[in-house]
Amino acid sequence: MIEKIIGVAAYILLAPLVGGLLDGLDRKISARMQGRVGPPLLQPFYDVRKLFAKQIVGVINSSQAAMLYSYLLLMVFSGCIFFAGNDILMSVFVLSTASLFLYFTAVITGSPYNSIAASRELIQIMTYEPAVILACVGFYMASGTFNVSGIIHSDMVMITRLPGFFIAFVFILTIKMRKSPFDVSTSHHAHQELVKGVTTEMGARNLAIYTIAEWYEVVYLLGFVALFVINQQWWSFVLAAIVILAVYFLEILIDNSAARVKYGAMLKWTWAMTLLAAGVNLLILMLIR
Amino acid sequence: MGVAIFLICFPLIVAPIMYLIRNDKVRGRVTYVCGAVITAAALCLTVRWCAGGMQVIKAYDPAEWIDHLILAGEIVLAVIVTILCFKYHRGIISLLAIVPTGMITYLELKGPALAEVNAIYVDHLSILMCLIVGIIGVLIVVYAVGYMEGYHEHHTEFVNRKNYFFMVLFLFLGAMFGFVLSSSLLWIDLFWEITSVCSFLLIGYTKTDEAITNSFRALWMNLLGGTALAVGIVYLAYRGGNVSLQYLISLGTAGRVIAIIPIALIAFAALTKAAQLPFSTWLMGAMVAPTPSSALLHSATMVKAGIYMLFRLAPAMPGTTTGMMVSLVGGFTFFMASIMAISQRDAKKVLALSTISNLGLMVACAGVGRPETIWAGIFLMLFHAVSKSLLFQDVGATENATGSRNIEDMHGLMYRLPRLAIFMFVGIAGMYLAPFGMLISKWSALKAAVDNNNIILVLFIAFGSATTGFYWTKWMGKLIAFSHRSGQKESDHMFPEEVLSLTVHAVLMIALCVLLPLISKAYVDPLLVEMFGTYTDVLSTSILIMLVVTICFVFAIPMLSMVYTRNLKMNMKLSYMSGINAGNNKRFIDAMGDKKKIWLVNYYFEDFIQADRMMRYSQIFAAAVLIIMICVVIGGVL
Amino acid sequence: MAKVKKSPWLLHYDGSSCNGCDIETLACLTPVYDAERFGVVNTGDPLQADIFLITGGINTQNRSVVEQLYQQMPRPKVVVAVGTCACTGGIFKDCYNILGGADKVIPVDIYVPGCAARPQAIIDGIIQAVDLFQKRSDEHEQKKKGAANGGHH
Repeated sequence: MIEKIIGVAAYILLAPLVGGLLDGLDRKISARMQGRVGPPLLQPFYDVRKLFAKQIVGVINSSQAAMLYSYLLLMVFSGCIFFAGNDILMSVFVLSTASLFLYFTAVITGSPYNSIAASRELIQIMTYEPAVILACVGFYMASGTFNVSGIIHSDMVMITRLPGFFIAFVFILTIKMRKSPFDVSTSHHAHQELVKGVTTEMGARNLAIYTIAEWYEVVYLLGFVALFVINQQWWSFVLAAIVILAVYFLEILIDNSAARVKYGAMLKWTWAMTLLAAGVNLLILMLIR
Repeated sequence: MGVAIFLICFPLIVAPIMYLIRNDKVRGRVTYVCGAVITAAALCLTVRWCAGGMQVIKAYDPAEWIDHLILAGEIVLAVIVTILCFKYHRGIISLLAIVPTGMITYLELKGPALAEVNAIYVDHLSILMCLIVGIIGVLIVVYAVGYMEGYHEHHTEFVNRKNYFFMVLFLFLGAMFGFVLSSSLLWIDLFWEITSVCSFLLIGYTKTDEAITNSFRALWMNLLGGTALAVGIVYLAYRGGNVSLQYLISLGTAGRVIAIIPIALIAFAALTKAAQLPFSTWLMGAMVAPTPSSALLHSATMVKAGIYMLFRLAPAMPGTTTGMMVSLVGGFTFFMASIMAISQRDAKKVLALSTISNLGLMVACAGVGRPETIWAGIFLMLFHAVSKSLLFQDVGATENATGSRNIEDMHGLMYRLPRLAIFMFVGIAGMYLAPFGMLISKWSALKAAVDNNNIILVLFIAFGSATTGFYWTKWMGKLIAFSHRSGQKESDHMFPEEVLSLTVHAVLMIALCVLLPLISKAYVDPLLVEMFGTYTDVLSTSILIMLVVTICFVFAIPMLSMVYTRNLKMNMKLSYMSGINAGNNKRFIDAMGDKKKIWLVNYYFEDFIQADRMMRYSQIFAAAVLIIMICVVIGGVL
Repeated sequence: MAKVKKSPWLLHYDGSSCNGCDIETLACLTPVYDAERFGVVNTGDPLQADIFLITGGINTQNRSVVEQLYQQMPRPKVVVAVGTCACTGGIFKDCYNILGGADKVIPVDIYVPGCAARPQAIIDGIIQAVDLFQKRSDEHEQKKKGAANGGHH
């Protein structure tokens, strides 16, 4: 019980800091890859601080902000379910509900860039959802439980049983983290897609809320990746940290090397990859039972 | 038990009375009274049964003349169908009515002596169905009073046959009660055929060419299922000497060979009734009927008859070819129908395809046949009945108010017709969002599919829930999107009956969602004990607690956010249109300096999905699977 | 006082120009000049921008556009006119459709002359704009505090 409280509190308080640092790391490494110096490591925090200092703006009426706040809070809630060690499938379902609120934030403004980007965001959700659900199924098959605490306390390294699920999940991380080639609905700094896609009508404080929500999401996603590695042994935590950083670096590398694709290609490639990697893994796991 | 008989007979008696009442207002009042009586009777039956300790009630040894009456009913139905088939130059369909009726008649008159059967069977599942029919069904009939008035105001090109419409509705209600309360397969056969004929008559209500074509398609598909049912019954009677459904189930659970063919045939019949692939087109075509029939028959109740049947047979499914066939067809239908729903702009077609898709999931749950999947299926059925009925009624009212069923015309409905839009929003949310019941059922179905090594079903659920989320969410987005029509509040012309029905539905749905843990522990778990004989805790207490917590959060967070942001001092800026926003966020200034309206459309991927072609291929594939598996089943027995 | 100068986001808009200054502006983000090390991001969205970097002149068609973009930017904001076309209308000044420089429509704070303006000059202008941005932000914060306290009197 006390572990749950610690997990939840740590997530709520530390995730923005960790997320922001990772964001800064992303920009720094990207800059270096491009032969530039790049911004300071703490740049994302400076950005958010500036955004809070600006005049509060909205578009149409306050409903847009209401949807956005709901997005943030539900995102945090789903992360709390995860870091409290509870049911992983439930937290994924709550996360999908949270993403819907981002869609509503964009679509409620009736602005053209927002609306097209919102449709693309929906397509993205449809694209990555099977892989995420199948990853949860994989965890259940390998450990016998949907509970995160149960999965952590197993005595094997999950990834040895779930390589296909891992590959599929890392593949969709590119979509979830809004990295090229799959940043079709909105993109990070220095890229633009449909101006700013779903965040086009977000200014100042709204954008800050969105950025913080993204940080919470990144920490959640990397926690999910860590789940493939962590078990009862102490060294698994070190290994997990290495794996997380390696995966993050891989995403940055992919982002800098690939050009954006059309959403149709994104959907086809991802579903093919999910079916192949996760599907075959699932089949093998069922056969060896 | 007397209440049960009353429930069956009362609507059947009221039906011709409806036909005779010509005055709309009088008929409306009579409808309310009769509807209230039916609901009261259903509740009375429930209360009595609960007071009796929720035990299974097997009652009523029917006198011979009742059995003859049932048979006479069958023959009358066959005659009506034959006459109508020939009248509309589709004589060959009448074979599907004549052959099974002939077989049943021969069985009753010349066949072997059959064991004595308690005709009425009341248990958890039948009570649940009675409540669904008695509450949701009656609400829809009440809604229909107001709706049909508006309908005929709008559609002056159709002949006003409202008395006929209500007659068929009440006939249908009676048949549904009979269907779920019967234990004798002969009675079930009659009521089954009555529901098929009612559906046929209601689809053809408007008598347009399209309606007639679609009604006959529905007829032959349902009659095909009825024929399979009849063959199964005759086979069972000759081989087993007993036409009790419970007897068949117990044979099947014990793995007896003589049960295999009847169960396979009855499962096949259920698949036609539940509009699974390859029989989905009849439900699509049924959308031409007025909305109350779509809501009542083709989403909330009649199609559930097929599901009810499959749930009854479920304990006999695990490990059998029939079970595999049913779960495969169900999962495949779930996935394909959800893809096709993405490409539809007509709201009723989306609802129809989503019904087919959800039924597919329920069918798949039945096919796996374990307590966890039946648990999931029961909740799916319950939530689907309420939310789909709500949505159909809402779409019908919207069509009466705006003249269109096109989802694109519902752009920004929240600002024009807020009442209708809010109900629609709630209804759609109830269809697939966490933490509503549908989602919990999906959770449980997924877990159970994994437990039973049913990899295909796992994949279907994983991909199907992604596509399902897509088409629902984009519809929800349409409702709340700001548009150039925002600011023009229109009247929704809703009759008080419609408002009452919609409100009760919405409240019921939220209540069911919040009470899910209670319903699960107090009702569905005992239902599973009755069905499977063993007690399994499908949802652990920790999951139930988290569910309740999640429900509270998901409801509270948006509401709190709305309150907070409303009081936040915000400076409103124009939405970004590359600087050519005309000033009110509704128009932009084009290259010539004119103001143009903004039109925003959802993605339908019509070219990519090509729903007609996809339906055809899916039908072929599903038909092939069915034919192969039935051959395997029959071949295995012979 | 929040140190907002560490995160100046700019909106780059081209009025009526030969695009030379635009290319030089974009060059500022490339490895050789790398404006991002000051936290500069070229966002295309006025709602997210602090500094309005305008190149090219104002003509009859884009004057309302420039006005609207300027209005959409949340306060505090700074305007930098890059290149002589944005400062005064430049080489196109006598054309029938050119009204002049950016200050015909919106208040310009910093003028960066040149044809085309060099990246070093542009970055210099941005640095000055950033300092002005910090100053404006401090004033904005003072005003907000004053308004909050003023209500108590």
